[in-house]
Amino acid sequence: MILFLLAVGLAALSGVPGLFGRDREGRTAAMLMTASAGLGTWAGVRVLLGAPAPALRLPTLALGSQGLLVLDPIAAWFLLPVLLLSACGAWYGVAYWHSPQGSPRWVRLVFGLLTAALAVLVCAAHMWVFLLAWEGMAIAAFLLVITEDRLPETRRAAWIYLVSTHTGTLFLFGAFGLLAGLTGHWDLAAWPRGFAATSQGTLLFLLFLAGFGMKAGAMPLHIWLPPAHAAAPSHVSSLMSGVLIKMGILGLVRLVAWVPDPPLWWGGLVVGLGALSGILGVAFALGQHDLKRLLAYHSIENIGIILLGLGLGLVGKSTGHPALQALGFAGALLHVVNHSLFKGLLFLAAGSVGHATGTRDLEQLGGLGRSMPWTSAAFLGGSWAICGLPPLNGFISEWFIYLGSFRALDLPRWPWSVGILAALALIGALALACFAKAFGTVFLGTPRSAAAAEAHESPRAMLIPMAVLAGACGVIGAFPALIVPGLDRVVATLGPGLPGLAGLTRLPLLTGLALALVLVGLLLVRWLRGGRSTEAVPADLPTWDCGYSQSVPRAQYSASSFADGLVSGARWVLFPKVHAAKVQGLFPRSARFSSHVPDPVLDRTLDPLLRLSVRGLSYLHAIQTGQLPVYLLYVLLTLLFLLIWMVV
Amino acid sequence: MSHTLASTLMNLLLHTLAVLVLPPLIPGLIAKVKAWLAGRSGPPVLQLYYDLAKLARKQAVFSRTTSWVFLAGPVGTVAALLVASLLVPFGHTPAPVSFEGDVILFAYLLGLARFLTVLSALDTGSAFEGMGAAREVSFSALAEPALFFGFAALAKATGSLSLAPMLQAHGMGKVGHLSGPLILILAGWAIVYLAENARMPVDDPNTHLELTMIHEVMVLDHSGRPFALVLYGASLKLVVLGALLVDPLLPRLAQGWLNWLAFLAALGLLAVVVGVVESSTARFRMTKVPQFLLAGVLASAFAFLLLLV
Repeated sequence: MILFLLAVGLAALSGVPGLFGRDREGRTAAMLMTASAGLGTWAGVRVLLGAPAPALRLPTLALGSQGLLVLDPIAAWFLLPVLLLSACGAWYGVAYWHSPQGSPRWVRLVFGLLTAALAVLVCAAHMWVFLLAWEGMAIAAFLLVITEDRLPETRRAAWIYLVSTHTGTLFLFGAFGLLAGLTGHWDLAAWPRGFAATSQGTLLFLLFLAGFGMKAGAMPLHIWLPPAHAAAPSHVSSLMSGVLIKMGILGLVRLVAWVPDPPLWWGGLVVGLGALSGILGVAFALGQHDLKRLLAYHSIENIGIILLGLGLGLVGKSTGHPALQALGFAGALLHVVNHSLFKGLLFLAAGSVGHATGTRDLEQLGGLGRSMPWTSAAFLGGSWAICGLPPLNGFISEWFIYLGSFRALDLPRWPWSVGILAALALIGALALACFAKAFGTVFLGTPRSAAAAEAHESPRAMLIPMAVLAGACGVIGAFPALIVPGLDRVVATLGPGLPGLAGLTRLPLLTGLALALVLVGLLLVRWLRGGRSTEAVPADLPTWDCGYSQSVPRAQYSASSFADGLVSGARWVLFPKVHAAKVQGLFPRSARFSSHVPDPVLDRTLDPLLRLSVRGLSYLHAIQTGQLPVYLLYVLLTLLFLLIWMVV
Repeated sequence: MSHTLASTLMNLLLHTLAVLVLPPLIPGLIAKVKAWLAGRSGPPVLQLYYDLAKLARKQAVFSRTTSWVFLAGPVGTVAALLVASLLVPFGHTPAPVSFEGDVILFAYLLGLARFLTVLSALDTGSAFEGMGAAREVSFSALAEPALFFGFAALAKATGSLSLAPMLQAHGMGKVGHLSGPLILILAGWAIVYLAENARMPVDDPNTHLELTMIHEVMVLDHSGRPFALVLYGASLKLVVLGALLVDPLLPRLAQGWLNWLAFLAALGLLAVVVGVVESSTARFRMTKVPQFLLAGVLASAFAFLLLLV
């Protein structure tokens, strides 16, 4: 426990020396964060390898019988990506904020505090600790989102985030209060058998689902996620998308561990939410032109995939199907880690693009692969992994969920698992389309604007964190057997007597095929290199453009046109807005065309509703005259009314 | 024991040989059938072999726009398809590699091939290639569920999640010879086959107008050895996906060599059928293609529903 507490302390204080010293770039902070990550990782890995879970207890029973903090396998599993991403983000931040006046010191301070809050949250074993850390995390994240507060859209995004996170916290207050009232203690501990099926159990489940779902960004509750991720600095977006939204998943995983006998509809509801988030998340991502907004919608999609796995495991727990539980939970948990690796990587790469060009608009970019080869390779690696393509890590976790849902086909009276299969297949195909669009428009082709043409590769401090994350994606993808023992220990805490993954899957064969794929690829590259070079080929040739001699960058397929087939095919869910001038006459004047896809909940539902209610409430102004006698009259009338009511 | 080991090795050898040598024959057969039906004599059946040999000797030409991603397309496609071919049984001979869940790996390897092809098309910066790439990813979003509903139906029927038992469950359970679900699955997959291989009602490989193409327009800029890989990869896809279509229909024969012969004959027959389909239908308008693919999704979804009752 000392190791862990030391790690938390180092992270929390990492920004403090920077407040006083002359270190403008924040190398001290980054070093402290790295040290913290090292210590914490050591503590976490020990638990995952089978060491007993260390706990922090206070000598008073009033503060819980199991202690304030317990570093159990679930906590260790969620702790590792927190520490890795925050250390990578700290180093990335050193170069990201490079400007004449140095980087804002308080961003580093709050970044460290956010990391510490996240680390405490994953280990919390007491409701107060949990809620305190939850609030610490929410407020620290708010302060980081609002970093560039001179931009109005950033302020709007930060306020929406603050309101949403507190709405979620309100649900959690309700849930924890209710739970403590029923059990009589503040420990986060297992529920008694049979409790889940009662009406209080149902209410608790719905409250937890709303509170944690809000944080995770499951589909109807996701309103804060796209604007906040787009507005925050990139290393903060990376930490938020990588691990902060996973804290909602952590809550749900804890809930699964507490409940011995979840009703079947719990799993069904979680699966339904997962399918909705997954499909709509990727569909809305297709319609975005802002690189970071696009990635944010993909976070919603991946939360959907995680929920599909979690729901599948819950169904297995309800029906007493050990293999289903093991595969569903393992898929969900592994996808939590995988998503934090590749989405962290993608946000860092997107930040690198923004750093070099000053824009996140896909239609302004293009051709960056030549000027930024390493960033481009990192983004390609992230896209490859997030599409679930072998041999990277995204494939492994999705494969577990696929295997689980195929097994669920055997369950009597539960044909819905074919829905999981269809949803996953559709998500996979759409994600592939979306990342082909994103990578293609940003890094391939020719630059679409002067800013993109003058881009330069980012400094090494930004590239190394990306390389670390990409390497982790590759290792998990090619050698999944390495992490299976740890994963098995986490899964085992979620249900009694679950089988190990090594017996359910043939992971060594996957490794073999992954290596075969790489080997064949290398052999083919070698063969391509070996062509005879007797003929002289002119060096500087244009692309064959079907007879057009001058290729113009603006004539390239743009991000909107690339996605147009799918977006207009799904217009009955996406409702894209198209602004186009009608072209008329023999010599039409120049016209503009633009299209965008607004968010279904925030822009289409909540915004008009709130505007309407504000207008409705403005009628109340009529009775607010601001004159004292009128208010005295109100008091008198109220008293009279009460008097009559009490007498009659 | 030594006998089984020897036969396994023999099978592996034959499988690899078939994968490496056989594919270019199929487009040749299709072209020949189309020529005959049109009353022409057509190019020789082995034309693609000559083309590949010629391209292998040619110098590749690269546009100034392209980067290393341009080569990742052909290389990745062939590598992914070669690995995927290891998972597919050819007729009733065992697949070289077979394990629970290999079906998913198979589908995602095809996805990998598509992803890299699309990226290498976008790398040229040409509007035409971008157009082809956009169409490829849009249409595959419908082809993918059709493929997966078929897999789910077969998995439900055979209780297995591995390609070899799923495709070779001849006469077992509810997917016997020409039973309702099997016909629906194969109908759905036939549509996927035509779409994924850029065949006639979906895409016209021989049209002269780049604006109307899907697959061919994505590889306009490739030349020399990379183009040889593209052509070989396309023919390999015809064989690998063709095995999905013909395997469930083949009877299990006693001798191994008879099984091989039956598979090869069935593959040839499939090529003839594709040739006849291509000769007798016109290409759909682009806007009609999604409806055609949706028919495939519905066919295999109904197959699954039939298996539930």
